[in-house]
Amino acid sequence: MAEKNGKGRAAPALPRWANTTLSTLGSVAVTMLGLLFVTFIIGRVMPIDPVLAVVGERASQETYDAAFEAMGLDKPLLVQFGYYLWDVLHGDFGNSLLTAHPVSEDIKRVFPATFELATLGTIFGIFFGVPLGVMAAVRRGSWIDQVARVVALVGYSMPIFWLGLMGLLVFYGILGWVGGPGRVSIFYEDMVPVVTGMILIDSALDGNWTVFKDAFSHLILPASLLGYYSLAYISRMTRSFMLEQLSAEYIITARVKGMSERAVIWRHCFRNIRVQLITVIALSYANLLEGSVLTEIIFSWPGIGSYITTALLSADMNAVLGGTVVVGLIFILLNIFCDLLYKVLDPRAR
Amino acid sequence: MVFMNPGRKDPTTTKSDRRGNTMKSFSRILTTAALSVALGTTALTAFAETPPNMLVIANRIDDITTLDPAESFEFAGSDVIRNVYGKLVNFDPMDLDAGYQPDLAESWEVSEDGKSITFTMREGVTFHSGNPVTAADAEYSLRRAVILNKTPAFILTQFGFTPENVAETIVADGNTLTITTDKKYATSFVLNCLTSTIGGIVDMKTVMENEVDGDMGNEWLKTNSAGSGAYKLQSWKANEAVTLVSNPDFYLGAPAMERVVVRHVQESATQRLMLERGDIDVARNLNPEDVKGIMDVEGVAIDNELRGRLMYVSLNQKHPELSKPEVRQAFKYLIDYKGMEGSFLNGQYTIHQNFLPRTYLGAVDNNPFTFDPEKAKEMLAAAGVPEGLEIEVGVREAQERIEIAQSLQNSLAAAGIKMNITVGTAKQILARYRARELDVYLGAWGPDYPDPHTNAGTFAYNPDNSDEAGATGLLAWRNAWDTDGLTEMTAAAVVEGDRDKRAEMYHEIQAKFQETSPFAIMFQKIEQTGRAESVANLNLGGAITAVSYWPVTK
Repeated sequence: MAEKNGKGRAAPALPRWANTTLSTLGSVAVTMLGLLFVTFIIGRVMPIDPVLAVVGERASQETYDAAFEAMGLDKPLLVQFGYYLWDVLHGDFGNSLLTAHPVSEDIKRVFPATFELATLGTIFGIFFGVPLGVMAAVRRGSWIDQVARVVALVGYSMPIFWLGLMGLLVFYGILGWVGGPGRVSIFYEDMVPVVTGMILIDSALDGNWTVFKDAFSHLILPASLLGYYSLAYISRMTRSFMLEQLSAEYIITARVKGMSERAVIWRHCFRNIRVQLITVIALSYANLLEGSVLTEIIFSWPGIGSYITTALLSADMNAVLGGTVVVGLIFILLNIFCDLLYKVLDPRAR
Repeated sequence: MVFMNPGRKDPTTTKSDRRGNTMKSFSRILTTAALSVALGTTALTAFAETPPNMLVIANRIDDITTLDPAESFEFAGSDVIRNVYGKLVNFDPMDLDAGYQPDLAESWEVSEDGKSITFTMREGVTFHSGNPVTAADAEYSLRRAVILNKTPAFILTQFGFTPENVAETIVADGNTLTITTDKKYATSFVLNCLTSTIGGIVDMKTVMENEVDGDMGNEWLKTNSAGSGAYKLQSWKANEAVTLVSNPDFYLGAPAMERVVVRHVQESATQRLMLERGDIDVARNLNPEDVKGIMDVEGVAIDNELRGRLMYVSLNQKHPELSKPEVRQAFKYLIDYKGMEGSFLNGQYTIHQNFLPRTYLGAVDNNPFTFDPEKAKEMLAAAGVPEGLEIEVGVREAQERIEIAQSLQNSLAAAGIKMNITVGTAKQILARYRARELDVYLGAWGPDYPDPHTNAGTFAYNPDNSDEAGATGLLAWRNAWDTDGLTEMTAAAVVEGDRDKRAEMYHEIQAKFQETSPFAIMFQKIEQTGRAESVANLNLGGAITAVSYWPVTK
């Protein structure tokens, strides 16, 4: 009875940090398993034929059947999933039909391109979006608020392919201010050794500032485009969070106490929206990390979005599943990162 | 007009096309809408130029899955391999009409029984590695292609070569290589097949040094090269770029372009911008709207390339009404060929009504069918077809095919035939087509190799029309057509040694095909390519092969 009451010989409880870590790892494992299962099942029920993708339409029935068997498609779905899970746990996503490379190698190649683009885009979005949102809230109804509204509205409603093409036409085609499609000019292809896969960093590490400048000129337009969409979202959400805080009683108190407006806004009001803002930024960042397919297509940017899409339309299921798992993993990791940040920024979350 | 048609895999089923069906139609609509507004009124002048010793091309190269000549069977891969590997016989890019010419084989002799061809190898040619090109390399390369038995292996194995018999049928002796087929074939048929990608001669020593688990270097050759051609492969980054560097020891002389970079650029509009900016020399995938917009730009030229892809409609001969000869012919008069060619197919297809693409040996340029509903009605009435006949057409989800199906639906309605369109994925539609379940199929077909048998052997050849035969690879079988004697004629044509006589035999086959077959061949594909005017001697392969970079100058 003593044990039931939690007294007596009960094992010493794990430290709080260990409990938290275990619980986080457990939830990550369950989420990943669910993600793998769902993507695997979707991959199998999709109306595309991975066997045809391998043997071609003209193959005889015998060749088709042999490939069907070799790919393990004759086995029950759960058994197929078991084999797949086993391989994934060993870091093996299989080979891509399209690239003839292991999917893990492909992802190592395409993900840094997306990461570079998404990161710069998100920085752009934060750098302009947050101040714009704050100013729009503080000067509600003023011209700044109207401008912020229009900027966000355009960002929300304008198709990205259109803006992308217009951007290319104006800044690359007519003005010649930025580099064209691709990560670097064709003349500079393969000129810097691949270390991180991010061409800005690799060229900087190599000390090749010519390539760095060229890569930056290629990156700036698509990154600004993605950043603009990020900005639209971040600025609207910032404005909304700020308005909520600005009407709170503690803000009135602060003002009555005679605090400067700057201190009221940034030290009190903004401080309290940081947790919400982190969620918004993380979501926006995760969306960009998934890869913006249209942006990648228009700018011939070999990122993960176009990789997964191309694979999907070619029945290259190993690549689709591998890519999807990586995108899922990004979301999970960003979630964990946000949870940690919450705890740093908000003592109540500890 | 420059004619081109790298005969290869069925474009209806290439990987590129599969993803392209959705992606192309989707992105094309979007980009066309966007750019037609802006570019339509904005003519850019060229801002820069690529280096004089470098050829820069924008192309859709996402169909490359391997660069091993024994395995590659896609368009962009063939473009690379043609420039990297020599073959026993090959096409001269400056004179494609001359047909196959000596390449690594200096000459050849055919045995009296017509079953053996002995090639004498050219002396003094070396691989990129510095190793000499020998008959042993040629023996190894052809044997390897048969033993690996990858997708294009049928181009060789159709001559009776098997992994078990290659030691006796493909034999090097000193400076000669002798291949022995299982029966007599037209020499032109065998040699045409050897000009295909699979005929590329690899450097045996280099390949064997990179063999893993008995794969004959297949895994290594997917992303590396071991050839003797004008260029060697520097890098292939899937869906990004292919870079070739010139081979200064190329036996025909070092190419003027020391570096060739082919960058994957999906969008026509983007290719156009890059061409106008002078960042590329050649744009391979311009759509009609962009061609129209760029046509008058100074310094840019447009080449129209005739490709091998044919667009056709076929009638399942298991259908009681569609199997009547009068109905088969009436159908051919119920297609608005000119209407489609002049509207939504503008610049992309030209009318062609037989199974051999123009510029193939034996091709005929005879297009007797026009949209004539009155004539068709008379034929249908003579056949006793009931008013209001209802049929189903299966079509894959590709914009141009759906538009053709819709046009067909309207024109058939003029003769009282109701055609229901079933649109589906490749898996859905092809599965039913291969199972002989569709009333009507609307699709495309492209040749596999530059010989007339590639199409004759599928459109007009069906030795066993029974369901049990399961000859799903033959279009005639898929449509349950017994070919009305064309099978025998096709079999005879493929063994005819005299080239001219053989061509005449295909003329006869096609004449009968037009009169009796359940296939209404409608169009042949045209591709439009934008090129900087400074680029000279760029031959994209004519009707029969892939692009050649080595003659290019700027």
